[in-house]
Amino acid sequence: MSISTQETLRTSKEVISVDGATVRFAGDSGDGMQLAGTQLTNTSALVGNDVATFPDFPAEIRAPRGTLAGVSGFQIHFSSTEIFTPGDKLDALVAMNPAALKTNLADLHEDGTGILIVNEDAFDEKGMKQAGYDQNPLEDGSLDLYQTFRVPITKLTRAAVEGSGLSQKGADRCRNFFSMGLVYWLYGRSLNPTLKFIDSKFGAKPSVADANRNSLKAGWNYGETTDAFVSSYKVDRAKLPPGTYRNITGNQALALGLIAAARLSEKEVFYGSYPITPATDILHELSKYKHFAVRTFQAEDEIAAVTSIIGAAFGGAMAVTGSSGPGIALKGEAMGLGTMLELPMLIVNIQRGGPSTGLPTKTEQSDLFQAMFGRNGECPLPIIAARSPADCFDVACEAWKIATRFMTPVIILSDGFIANGAEPWLIPNPEQLEPIPVTHPGTMPDGEDFLPYARDERLARPWALPGTPGLMHRIGGLEKEDLTGNVSYDPDNHQHMTDVRAQKVENIAREIPPQKVEGVETGDLLVLSWGGTYGACATAVGELSSGGASVAHAHLRHLNPFPANLGDLLQRYQKVLVPELNMGQLRSLICSKYLMDTYGLNKMQGKPFSVSEVVHRIKELLVDIG
Amino acid sequence: MPTELPILNATDFTSDQDVRWCPGCGDYSILAQMKKVMPTLGIPREKLVFVSGIGCSSRFPYYMNTYGMHSIHGRAPAIATGLKAVRPDLTVFVITGDGDGLSIGGNHLMHTIRRNIDINIILFNNRIYGLTKGQYSPTSPLGKVTKSTPMGAIDNPIHPLSIAIGCESTFVARSIDRNIKHLEMVLKRAAEHKGASFVEVYQNCSVFNDGAFEYATDRTLKSDTIIELEHGKPLKFGAQNQKGIRLNGMEPEIVELDKGVTDDDLLFHDEKSPEPSLAYLLSRMRHPDFPEPVGVFRAVDRPRYDEELNNQVEAARAQKGPGNLAELFEAADTWSVT
Repeated sequence: MSISTQETLRTSKEVISVDGATVRFAGDSGDGMQLAGTQLTNTSALVGNDVATFPDFPAEIRAPRGTLAGVSGFQIHFSSTEIFTPGDKLDALVAMNPAALKTNLADLHEDGTGILIVNEDAFDEKGMKQAGYDQNPLEDGSLDLYQTFRVPITKLTRAAVEGSGLSQKGADRCRNFFSMGLVYWLYGRSLNPTLKFIDSKFGAKPSVADANRNSLKAGWNYGETTDAFVSSYKVDRAKLPPGTYRNITGNQALALGLIAAARLSEKEVFYGSYPITPATDILHELSKYKHFAVRTFQAEDEIAAVTSIIGAAFGGAMAVTGSSGPGIALKGEAMGLGTMLELPMLIVNIQRGGPSTGLPTKTEQSDLFQAMFGRNGECPLPIIAARSPADCFDVACEAWKIATRFMTPVIILSDGFIANGAEPWLIPNPEQLEPIPVTHPGTMPDGEDFLPYARDERLARPWALPGTPGLMHRIGGLEKEDLTGNVSYDPDNHQHMTDVRAQKVENIAREIPPQKVEGVETGDLLVLSWGGTYGACATAVGELSSGGASVAHAHLRHLNPFPANLGDLLQRYQKVLVPELNMGQLRSLICSKYLMDTYGLNKMQGKPFSVSEVVHRIKELLVDIG
Repeated sequence: MPTELPILNATDFTSDQDVRWCPGCGDYSILAQMKKVMPTLGIPREKLVFVSGIGCSSRFPYYMNTYGMHSIHGRAPAIATGLKAVRPDLTVFVITGDGDGLSIGGNHLMHTIRRNIDINIILFNNRIYGLTKGQYSPTSPLGKVTKSTPMGAIDNPIHPLSIAIGCESTFVARSIDRNIKHLEMVLKRAAEHKGASFVEVYQNCSVFNDGAFEYATDRTLKSDTIIELEHGKPLKFGAQNQKGIRLNGMEPEIVELDKGVTDDDLLFHDEKSPEPSLAYLLSRMRHPDFPEPVGVFRAVDRPRYDEELNNQVEAARAQKGPGNLAELFEAADTWSVT
């Protein structure tokens, strides 16, 4: 539904027009920073900006208050031009306490333009000690590089909610709305979407709703009336392709994509999953849509999650499981069974920092090898990777199309950055989505035997459903005899079936679009990326191209098999750079497939690439070319 | 409306695959009784699915001319759960063993039972690992000497029925491979039960654990070592039915009838008792201290996961309609770019 985003009029002060801004809210993990960021995101999207976000929070639900470990942040980049990343350096930072200041300050512009809003009430002796400050940073001159605004957020919020009947603790929980209000004033954002959100979220608790409303307005009014803020900013609508948009996170888009794919194939979703960060939101999202005949099953463990979908796939459902790296490790054996049974199903990996438990809430791309090789035996599976939050929708549909056409499990790779990040989604017209036709064999003509492992031109076998008279057959994890599917230990048959399973996956390359390149067709350097690094790579190459450099960008969606033209394409550049949030996994696959050397940019810090990191590496590699 | 089904017999359920169990294996008898039961259920062959894990027993689906899946070790209950959840029209059997079901697959067994999903789990208990050639299993007795326990097993065994009853299974039964009439009756009752049925079958492994259940099958012994449970009847056993089980406080004890003890003093079997405590007590009666009960320990009615899951889908559709993609996509704050 649409909503008024008429800007609340700012009156007395100078308004400066800017292309875009990157803002981060940072505070304790109980301070509601994720909510503040989400609200600013939605509001900015609604006024027509392009947006990209980066929520960054600790694995602990509530780390001790005021500590560095407990700092939670939400970064949002909104712009009047098309953007692909949540931004490198911050234009504005809101720090709710000393710990938040300490852990986030380094990301704020240091050229005097960076706006720092701090809750000065939190800078008491205890707060500073917890953050490890020996002296008060607000007073020792260490913030001179920034436009620092010391705002008594706690006091002002308490004053704003006076009379609401809330306890002091309850009043302090409204501080995020005060901060939001101030930031909304700073960038000329309408309060309406958030006021509406407060109504729907807190409507049942009028005193809390009132307090939040008053805090939000008080923050806005503080910017408008206090002398401290001399000017504010304005970010115009972005010129996005026409259509209707909404803001969407990667996990939401994936869930909607699964539901759409089910409709397009006239199937019903069965989602078997065990809660795991950062994949759990897919389970939450899908479980809301029972009226779409979505059946969610919270299994007893990761193995039951994947094996339940094997049962569901046998029964004819659109079978999907979702997890993250540690869970995928547990699913490995069953994924091999899925390969042997040649049934369509989707295995979603929302990657996070590893190995083992690793960094549950941080992003990484280090499960590509796991997706390629993480099973016993020769067990090739198609792999398709999303590049951004909204792209998860398309990836879900495409993965299901491949799974059903080729009768195979398909792995979808996303990551924590994509899953929790948000961007505007151009809402598709359901009528214009490509149908995914699925057929099941009917009863055989008299006298003919059903052959469960007979194959079509793609090498796919028939998807015969229990309940169909005359097609009774037995399948299993033991090697299958060609055609009959009976158990076979015959050496030639095993060779044949191994070859067929591999060829079947290779055949997918015939039906996926050829790899496209942004930028020069031949030249000095190609950036080859995959997954969630798309935005940083596209932006970096775009910047350098417009500066005249001979660089191009190819972003892989299909990681197994590779698009058929990839090998030739890579030869058209003097150098190929493969930036990855792992230690060089795609690079290694490229090397072994095409026997060519590439350059790496590898980072294992639980954080996405900044554009400047990619730019820097490209420039390094361009130095010794012509 | 009665559906017309062709009249089938046991051989209609025989697949084209050669049965490859060892000569003398108890599995042959279970297969034979299963094939006998199938035509009596009134279910078309194509609606029957046998799912198994890994182990000797798990080859079972290959020998049934129905739909089937021979899957991976321990996971058959989870596979069957997914299948039954999306296809409530099917009748699903899980064939498992003491290693598959209670060791590597113990977790799935427990959760499948507590969810009461409407499937039938038949656990072939031979108290040994057969397919890997003779290691002790979770049901092998203490002291059992095997290839992996040359000085005797030192881990306490678990008892399948106690586990199932502990998970509040709605149908729990036991039978014996050689007691073919009884086995047939138990399999039929399990198939007819709505909910997760759990059946333990004492099964002889003629190669690695021959005679493990001789006490329960030997003609001269079994009247004293086995007690057949019948709903509403007192627990009596012995060649002349001259012995019975009486409760002494919370403990069962063996009593001789006609020494001032009558039937009315005995424990009466109540398979429909909502409390599983008595069934659990029966599952704790073990050879050689007690005669071991066979038959239906417990048969109660409780909501089934598959039914509830599909009821929720129906309820949501009744309330919200069948779901419209355009509405779904736009169920958020939206804006237009022209």
